[in-house]
This record gives sequence, C-alpha cells and structure tokens, in this order.
Amino acid sequence: MSITALVRLFVCGMALSLGMPGMALADIKIGATVSATGPAASLGIPYRNTLTMLPKEIAGQKIDWIVLDDASDPTNAVKNARKLTSEDNVDVIFGANTSPIALALVDIASETKTPFFAMASSIRIVSPMDDKRQWVFKASQADALMVGAIVEHMAKSNVKTAGFIGANDAFGESFWSEFEPAATKAGIKIVASERFNRTDTSVTGQILKIVAAKPDAVFIAAVGTPAALPAIALKERGYTGLQYQGHAVLNADFLRIGGKALEGTFLPTGAMLIPEQLPDSNPIKKVALDYVTRYEAQFGAGTRATFGGHAYDSYLVFANAVPAALKVAKPGTPEFRKALRDEIEKSKDVVGSHGIFNITATDHIGLDNRARMIIQVKDGAWKLVQ
Amino acid sequence: MDLDIAVILAKDGIVNGAIYALLGLAIVLVFSVTRVIMVPQGEFVTFGALTFAMLQAGRIPGTLLLLLIATGWGICSLLLDAVTGKARFSRSLLISALKSLIPAFMALVMIFAVDAPRRGPLIQILTTMVIVVPLGPLLYRVVYAPLASSSILVLLMVSVAVHLALESLGLLFFGAEGFRIPALFDFNLDLGGFFLPGPAVSVIVVAVVLMVLLSVGFGATIFGKALRATASNPTGARIVGIRADRAGSIAFTIAAFVGVLCGLLIGPVTTIYYDGGFLIALKGFVAAIIGGLSSYPLAVIGAISVGICESLASFYASAFKDAIVFALTLPILLWLSFRMPHREEG
Repeated sequence: MSITALVRLFVCGMALSLGMPGMALADIKIGATVSATGPAASLGIPYRNTLTMLPKEIAGQKIDWIVLDDASDPTNAVKNARKLTSEDNVDVIFGANTSPIALALVDIASETKTPFFAMASSIRIVSPMDDKRQWVFKASQADALMVGAIVEHMAKSNVKTAGFIGANDAFGESFWSEFEPAATKAGIKIVASERFNRTDTSVTGQILKIVAAKPDAVFIAAVGTPAALPAIALKERGYTGLQYQGHAVLNADFLRIGGKALEGTFLPTGAMLIPEQLPDSNPIKKVALDYVTRYEAQFGAGTRATFGGHAYDSYLVFANAVPAALKVAKPGTPEFRKALRDEIEKSKDVVGSHGIFNITATDHIGLDNRARMIIQVKDGAWKLVQ
Repeated sequence: MDLDIAVILAKDGIVNGAIYALLGLAIVLVFSVTRVIMVPQGEFVTFGALTFAMLQAGRIPGTLLLLLIATGWGICSLLLDAVTGKARFSRSLLISALKSLIPAFMALVMIFAVDAPRRGPLIQILTTMVIVVPLGPLLYRVVYAPLASSSILVLLMVSVAVHLALESLGLLFFGAEGFRIPALFDFNLDLGGFFLPGPAVSVIVVAVVLMVLLSVGFGATIFGKALRATASNPTGARIVGIRADRAGSIAFTIAAFVGVLCGLLIGPVTTIYYDGGFLIALKGFVAAIIGGLSSYPLAVIGAISVGICESLASFYASAFKDAIVFALTLPILLWLSFRMPHREEG
C-alpha cells in the first residue's frame, strides 16, 4: 500500500473512532454562587467547604464543579448565575445562601430552565408554586417549620407572653412574619418587637424596652454570631425568663462569642448538628454522622455548621435524580435539565444530613417534622432536648 | 420611660458618643492636615481590636504580614522615587528608608522574641500598637502622598478603594466571625445608685484625656501649629520650612493610634467583626460633619449628640435607628451651607 493510502486509512480510522456514539459523553456541570465573603460569609464558607468535599464523579459521569463567590451581594449573584448558565452551560445551580440572593436567582433559573437548589431560608423561594418556581428547590428547612418547633416548645413550657428581637434584614423579617401568627394562634401574647443591626455596638435601648415589658420568653432571630449580642445584653440586664434563638446561628463561633450568656437557650435544628446524640434507629443519623466526620476531618474538629449540611443535602437529592435523568438525555442539554428537574420532583425518602426529603410538585422542600428538633445550650455545648 | 431607663440610655449614649468623638476627632485631624476623608478609619479600629483578640487567643495575627508587605512596598517606592529622579538619592533618603524598617523589626521582635501571643495583656496591647499603628503612616506614604495635590474628590475615591481593600484583607486575616476581648478593667463604678461598668469608664476617661491632649497639642505647641499651617496653606508652609509629607505622616499616625485605641476600648463591650468598623467610623464621620470637618469642640459635641440620639432611637424606633442617626446630617449640612461662605476649591 502506498503512503497516501495508509494515511487515508489512518485518518478514516480516527474519524470513525471519534464519531462512535457513547465514547465521549459531556461532563455534568454543577455551578454554584456562594457568599464566601461579605456579611453572609459565616454561611457561605461552610457551604463552600462542603462543595469542595463532594464527589467529582457520579454514575460514570465526571462532574465539573464551578464555584463562584458573590460577596453576599444579589447583583453579583445574578451576574454569576448568568455566567454559569450562558457561558458555562451548567446543568444545575447550587448556592444562594441568603434570601435576597435566592429570590433574585429564581428568575434566572426559570428563564434558563435550570434546576436551582437554594440554601436560603425564606419560604417565598418555593411558594406559592408557579411556573417560575417549579425550577427552584429549597435545601433547608422552612422558617415556618423551625418557628413552629419553637412555638410548640414555648406552649409546652407555659409561656404566656413573649418578646421578639430580630435582625433588621430579610431573615429577621421572615422570622417575624412566621412567629407573629404562630404565637398568636398558640395563645402567646407578643409584648415587644424590636430590631437591631448586625454590626451594632450595643442593643441597650431595645433590650431595655423588652425587659420592661416582662415577657416569659424572648425570641432572638438573627443570622450568625451577631445574634449573641442581644443574649449578652439580656443577661446583663438580669433577665431570667426563657430564651430562644433561630436556626441560623448553629456553629461553634456563636457559642464562643455568647459564652455564659447563652446557657439554657433553646434552639431548633436539623439532625446534622448533633448526630452523636440521636438514637441509632434514626436513619438520618448515619448520613449526618458520615458527613460531619468527613467535614471535621478536613476542616478541623468542632467546625461543623448546619449551612454545610444543606450543601450536602442538595447534592444527595441531586445525585438521587441523576441516574434516571441520564437515561433520558445527555448532560449539557436542555432536555437533561428538564429531566433532572422532573426526577428531583419525584424524590422519595432521600435521606439527607438534616432530614428525609420527599419532594412533590407543590412541595419543593420536602422536609417534615423529622428534620427539626429542639436543642439546648448546656455547659457551652448543644444538647438534644426531645 | 421612667428615670431609670432614661439614665441607662443616657449612659449608653455617652459611652457610644465618646467612641464616635474619638473617631470624629481623627477624621477632622486627617482632613484638616491632608484633605483626605478618612474612610478607612474604621479599619484601624477593627484591625486593632482583632489583632489584640488574636494575640489573646495565642495566634500570630495576619496584620503582621500586612505590616511587612507595606513596609517593603514603602521602601521600594522610596527607592523608585530616587531612581526615577523624583527625589535625590542622598544619605537622608537611605536613613528614612532604614527608619521605616524599625516598626516592622520591632513587631517581629515582639511576636517572635518576646513571644507576645503567650504573654500578658499589657505586652499584647503594646504589640498591637506596634503592628497596627505604623500602618497609618505607611498607608499615607504608599497611597496618599503621591496624590497629595489631587482634588478632594479624587482623594475620597482613593479612600473608599483603600477601605474596601483593607476590609477584604480583614476577612482574610480574621475570618467571618467576630471576636470579643475580655474586659481589662473588671470593676463597677458606683455613681449614686447606678453602675458604670469598667469598660465604659475607661472609654470616657481615655476620650476626655485624648481630647484635652489634642486640643492642647494643636493649640499650644509649635508642632501642632505647624500641622495646622500645612492644612490651611501647604505652599506657604513649605516656604516657611514645614514639610507637608511629614505633616501628613504624623496626622495618619495619630489617626491610626486613635483608631487602635478605640478598637481596644470597645472590644470588651461588643463583638468586633471584620466589617464592623465602617459603620462605627461612619457615625464618627457624622460627628465630624457636625463639626464642619474643621472644629474639634463641635465634633465632640456632635458625637455626644449622635450617641444619645442613637440610644433614644434604639429605644423608641429600633428598626429605624440608623436611618434617624444618618438623617441628622441633613439639617446640619443645610445649616452649614447657609452659614459658611462659599469657597472654590483651590
């Protein structure tokens, strides 16, 4: 055979092998916009750390993780989401650590028809269910679920009057809008409702007003360590009633900053924070313990934070839906994203680190009362109460 | 609202007002000498408090690295000036380059030789001062001195950029969560029935002492008068033999010192976050505006009124507290613009 013929044969062979179907499937791309800097950094950093721990391969497909920082700014988050969906052509979006960011990204997710796992707390992210929100899933417990746990505990402890002090942001407002009707329905009278800013140097005025009203219990709703400030001020004023905090403070730094002032405070949480204290019969324990052990092995003992658990749960729900979606379409195509969304909506009994997910067309959170429990701060550590 | 509550609110307002007064004084000082609006003033507060908190926790603070880098940068820019011909390559240039090495050297000695992270609070306060205060004049030398003849607007934009850069560095060095400093003075002053805790007393005492020192220093000493001369007429001051850039360095050193002092004073009272300094300094800026960015006594009075106004607002309308405090500037600015003669920026 002549050289030219050999070359032609070689080129044909190469072309055939490259054109063979099933040899070069596109990677699955997961895009994330995380608040690793800015005021919500205490939520974003554990979330991002968890993303780095997650597998790089699933169901025989390679996963491309693209993690961007939005500096807790919704404008940056929108920019990131546009980049992820148009330039990087991601199959799913993770992230949105704060409610303003999550709500801003709902439009983009529905416009680009990309499934979106938001971590933020506001129920408005997934409800009321409409055409836009059918692409959005919420990985964390609804505020209503957590506030419900607190109000239940208050009623059980014979609380008749309550004071509220919340952060002057979306989280505080969301908690207030859940707490007020729930408390009133349970027969608890709200005698004081105050607000404070994250970076305030003192909340003396607000605490004075609350203490003067003499409530049986005080509910502090803020994100991260700033929530310790009202607790410390309450202790300084000699307040002896019950204290409750929201579920956005569950990390070791909060205990460190609050110190003795937090002793005896009640909080709602998912299983992920205290898996060691759960009974072995609880199916969530195994998943939560596995996650927490791996996280703390990599990032240090005692660094666990519930926000990281939400990232892990988003991945588990996503991973549960991937095999079925792969049968329908290839990654990187709109059909794959639609199939993914449909499969996620059918998620049944997916055990996460915070709870068990049962997602339906109208309920895009999927968590029930197994995802919440009341804990108390005892001797500077979290102790399960129920 | 009874007398008890009014007294507690007044006390809270005065203590906060003292902090705002210190920061307002620093801002007025820097503006009157260099025409720079000191937006990064809050960063000195947080860097001071958080560096001390890190030392208390037995760790080496990241601000040490910033000091070393800034010192290196300062020396390089000095030598670059000599190479490009902007300054004469003389012995005095070399001496000033070597002199700028002293703070960095002392900081290294304090951290590694004296082992500050493992010593008592007094040594740690000294170490904090040695690490953070030199950042002031270094900042001036590296960022502002080359721009000394620019308009106030350009200097303001540069200040905002510096603030953003330092805040991000703060996140890098200290993390997203805050720190509390244990109270250095753990006593309670009993004033006829109501208690003033130690940290509050120290804030007020330090604020008063510093205000007296600053007004005496600027009013009575040749040194202070030279600084004021530089502010009102830089060319004239240069003719008389006062060095403008040295005046700027000194102003920034004092501002940094006041900032670190504030950080150490409010550290026991509240949690300090890497981004908390901005809001505190901003309220100090409101106080400085009430002083017309030129008068120290008015700035102090303004600061106390800001503090008390904030206290009352937090009791009556806590959701609008900051809005009310910042809205205070509007009538003040209106009044000042009617009262002061309009002067074109030279």
